Amino acid sequence: MTSIPLIGEAVAVAADASGARKLAGAKIGVVTFPGTLDDRDAARAVRLAGGTPVPLWHADSELGDVDAVIIPGGFSYGDYLRAGAISRFAPLMAEIVKAANSEAKLPVLGICNGFQILTESHLLPGSMIKNDHLKFICRDQVLRVENANTAWTLDYQEGQEITVPLKNQDGQYIADEKTLDALEAEGRVVFRYVGFNPNGSRRDIAGISNAAGNVVGLMPHPEHAVEAGFGPESLDGTGGLDTDGLGFFTSVLTKIVGGSK
Amino acid sequence: MTTETTKKFNIDTVEHAAKTPDTELPWAELGLKQNEFDEIVKVLGRRPTGAELAMYSVMWSEHCSYKSSKNHLRQFGEKVTEEMKKDMLVGIGENAGVTNLGDGWAVTFKIESHNSPSFVEPYQGAATGIGGIVRDIISMGARPVAVMDPLRFGAIDHPDTARVMHGAVAGIGGYGNCLGLPNIGGEMVFDSVYQGNPLVNALAVGVMRHEDIRLANASGKGNKVVLFGARTGGDGIGGASVLASESFDDTKPSKRPAVQVGDPFAEKVLIECCLELFKGSLVEGIQDLGAAGISCATSELASNGDGGMEVELTSVLLRDPTLTPGEILMSESQERMMAVVTPENIEAFEAVMDKWAVEYSWLGEVTDTGRLIITWEGEVIVDVDPRTVAHDGPVYDRPFARPEWQDSVQANSFTGSVEDAGRPSAPSELAAAVTELVASPNMCSKSWITNQYDRYVGGNTAMAFPDDAGVVRVDEETGLGVALATDANGRYTYLEPYQGAQLALAEAYRNVATSGAVPMAVSDCLNFGSPEDPDVMWQLAEAIRGLSDACMELGIPVTGGNVSLYNQTGTTPIHPSPVVAVLGKLDDVARRTPSGWREDGQAIYLLGTTAAELDGSEWSNLRGHLGGLPPKVNLAAERELGEILINASRDGMVDAAHDLSEGGLAAALVESSLRYGVGARIALEELMERDGVDLFTALFSESQARAIVSVPRSEEVRFKDMCTARGFAHLRIGVVDAAGEKLEINGVDELSLEALKEAHEATLPKYFG
Repeated sequence: MTSIPLIGEAVAVAADASGARKLAGAKIGVVTFPGTLDDRDAARAVRLAGGTPVPLWHADSELGDVDAVIIPGGFSYGDYLRAGAISRFAPLMAEIVKAANSEAKLPVLGICNGFQILTESHLLPGSMIKNDHLKFICRDQVLRVENANTAWTLDYQEGQEITVPLKNQDGQYIADEKTLDALEAEGRVVFRYVGFNPNGSRRDIAGISNAAGNVVGLMPHPEHAVEAGFGPESLDGTGGLDTDGLGFFTSVLTKIVGGSK
Repeated sequence: MTTETTKKFNIDTVEHAAKTPDTELPWAELGLKQNEFDEIVKVLGRRPTGAELAMYSVMWSEHCSYKSSKNHLRQFGEKVTEEMKKDMLVGIGENAGVTNLGDGWAVTFKIESHNSPSFVEPYQGAATGIGGIVRDIISMGARPVAVMDPLRFGAIDHPDTARVMHGAVAGIGGYGNCLGLPNIGGEMVFDSVYQGNPLVNALAVGVMRHEDIRLANASGKGNKVVLFGARTGGDGIGGASVLASESFDDTKPSKRPAVQVGDPFAEKVLIECCLELFKGSLVEGIQDLGAAGISCATSELASNGDGGMEVELTSVLLRDPTLTPGEILMSESQERMMAVVTPENIEAFEAVMDKWAVEYSWLGEVTDTGRLIITWEGEVIVDVDPRTVAHDGPVYDRPFARPEWQDSVQANSFTGSVEDAGRPSAPSELAAAVTELVASPNMCSKSWITNQYDRYVGGNTAMAFPDDAGVVRVDEETGLGVALATDANGRYTYLEPYQGAQLALAEAYRNVATSGAVPMAVSDCLNFGSPEDPDVMWQLAEAIRGLSDACMELGIPVTGGNVSLYNQTGTTPIHPSPVVAVLGKLDDVARRTPSGWREDGQAIYLLGTTAAELDGSEWSNLRGHLGGLPPKVNLAAERELGEILINASRDGMVDAAHDLSEGGLAAALVESSLRYGVGARIALEELMERDGVDLFTALFSESQARAIVSVPRSEEVRFKDMCTARGFAHLRIGVVDAAGEKLEINGVDELSLEALKEAHEATLPKYFG
């Protein structure tokens, strides 16, 4: 056989027995809204990274004892009114906003629709509008990691290029020039599209963080690039190793278990 | 007597109908024929009420009753061996058939048409096509896991094609993406025969544990009947059922506005809500509402169960309060389900509805009277034996005869025809021909379409378009999964319907085997013209006979499907287009074989033999010719080839495999090279010598039961030994060349991968932006 990676090969982070135990003890909440689609995928990503996913329901008013939260992709409330505009009023979102802004700085990751919900909740600035080409787009996207110091990017190197799937209808990131300048100046542009801007986002921005770096949102889907055989390499052969997205999930586990790098 | 919450109508009660036998009824406007109306009167022993007439008219439409095809479709159930039944858990007749996957897993899949609505209003037509087929899958108790969409449009350069194409693709994406179902493949064909009758078919596949299989029946006297999901509105009244049962024709009042409108968010919530109901065993029977809406759901649930049901129609939640009882019964509003719930589960059922914020209303209960009784504020407006509505509709033995023109069409071979003049032979001509082929409307890259579909969601997609089959993992622990492919060739089927249908099956079977999966089951969507035309009826009869014979020979049963008739404009029918979907099983999806080679130095083998078979081919299509006989069918060879591909995949003997079909070897070599951008050096002299064909024929013939594979050097001896032992023709035709970035074929001018890619990918954007 050749070097083509087989599906199902272990890709979980290497850790000694005690490390693995510690990781498994880290609980990452994954929120489901009506219309959420990638919740099971996000939970799988947490598991493959070595952590324990905890399902959270939008209507609950308590976060429980989770160490971090992922708001996954999808079309919550059908994107009706405006993507994320209804979900931001969910009881659980109030808890998430509170915890993210608290002293403990709960790590929060918003992917695609989750990113849209985070901007609607004002945890992150700016907004997403319809792609400039007006069509849904699904492709394997190269991103450059611009900031490797956030809770969700510790395991990457600054300047590292990764390939993860992107799939959205309303993915064009916009903000006023002042906000964009501030994001750049403060190092809060976490990911930038490389080679091709798939939706017309301002300054090729694919993802951003809050000032503290615990809240990160991005349009592409790292949770679809965590397992050999089911990621970009296998489906499209564009390079990479199928698992470029795993670093998001190992980063937050590193942060939770061991403090910052 | 009316309350203030319900409206006043001159309700045509059963009692009133019995007293007024001579009242004129609009049965012709509802699409019924005189003999059918007379039959209804005979069945009831009186004239039908307005509400009963509404029910019978939709349920006895061609779309719902299969009245023209039923006599022929029986063969799918008859030509079945015990061996073929072994893994069939649920056969034809339910919402979708169910096949055993082993380890306690079952899979259900079905393909359906949404052709006419997609011409009238492409976005909503295509979107609700996905919605409808997905609800069929949920109704079986399964979690839907993927969709596919075989599409056929008019000429690529016709001004109306862009309207249909943009709308249908956006509709499939808009709905499917929002449901969180990966789109793993499909087809795209352009041909002017589909100009006024595009074919928009949709396939969905779902998986479940054996114990979760649900059937559509209402059993247990006193159990409650509930309608849940979206409210009932005026959309689609006389829609799918009536639209799909008549050809478009300007002489009658238009029924075209009757297209349903979809709400994918409501459907996504419905999926999750139903799965939670199944998990808690909270429903006894369940049925989705599709064509013919409540008429269909109540009559099918009742007739498949203990035979009786009582329903109060004013309990139906409405979007439009002005709807009449007949309209409520006929409405095809989407995203609705009907279920039967025991009294003790009512509370738990309501809790699930409330959790997902799904609206519901209790309509009535199951009885043991054998009658379906529907009341309006207590007054009986329907009192029928549900079987007469759901199952005992009219059945026609439509006359059919081999068309007079068939002989002359078959006598008109491409070889030697006017269109065949100047057949390419010089190296530069052949290179230009290969490039022209892979840039042509039917052979060009479909990524303009597939890039608008989410293929990743769910995290279980192991292979998707442009590989030969879509592959989805079912069990994350073991890697158990399924592969699916759909195929049809309207041109082959036009030339010879019996064989054409078999060729569609052979190709889908081959595609599934090429991916490494063992073919297990078939679902078909039979798209044809008007059954009232004996020529068309003959095409249909021959296609069904051919398909059922071939299924028997390949040993895989048809578990469900759909017939779409009246696909014609005026008196001109579409090419007969039986779209065949084959489902296969992979014990471990890690072993799936992609269609492109990657590793330098691997040997490229051609499996199977090549004859001069250019009639009906894509090359002849490019030259504007359609005549002669399609490629020969050899099902024994298909089976043997399939086994070789499956074994090779399982034992790691091949790293890439691609079937040869439309466009022949030329198309396959280009596609396998472009898949990962890795070229090859090919020499076909030995093949030409062995099979007695020239280079052009070797490249463009569409002979069946062929595939190309790339074999790692370490496996070559073993692979050759296996083919030799099985007595299957195999020939080393070249080698993978990673450094060259080109496709080199002896006797053909060099083709750079960059130029091929450019030509292959530019076509759809050029026409559709």
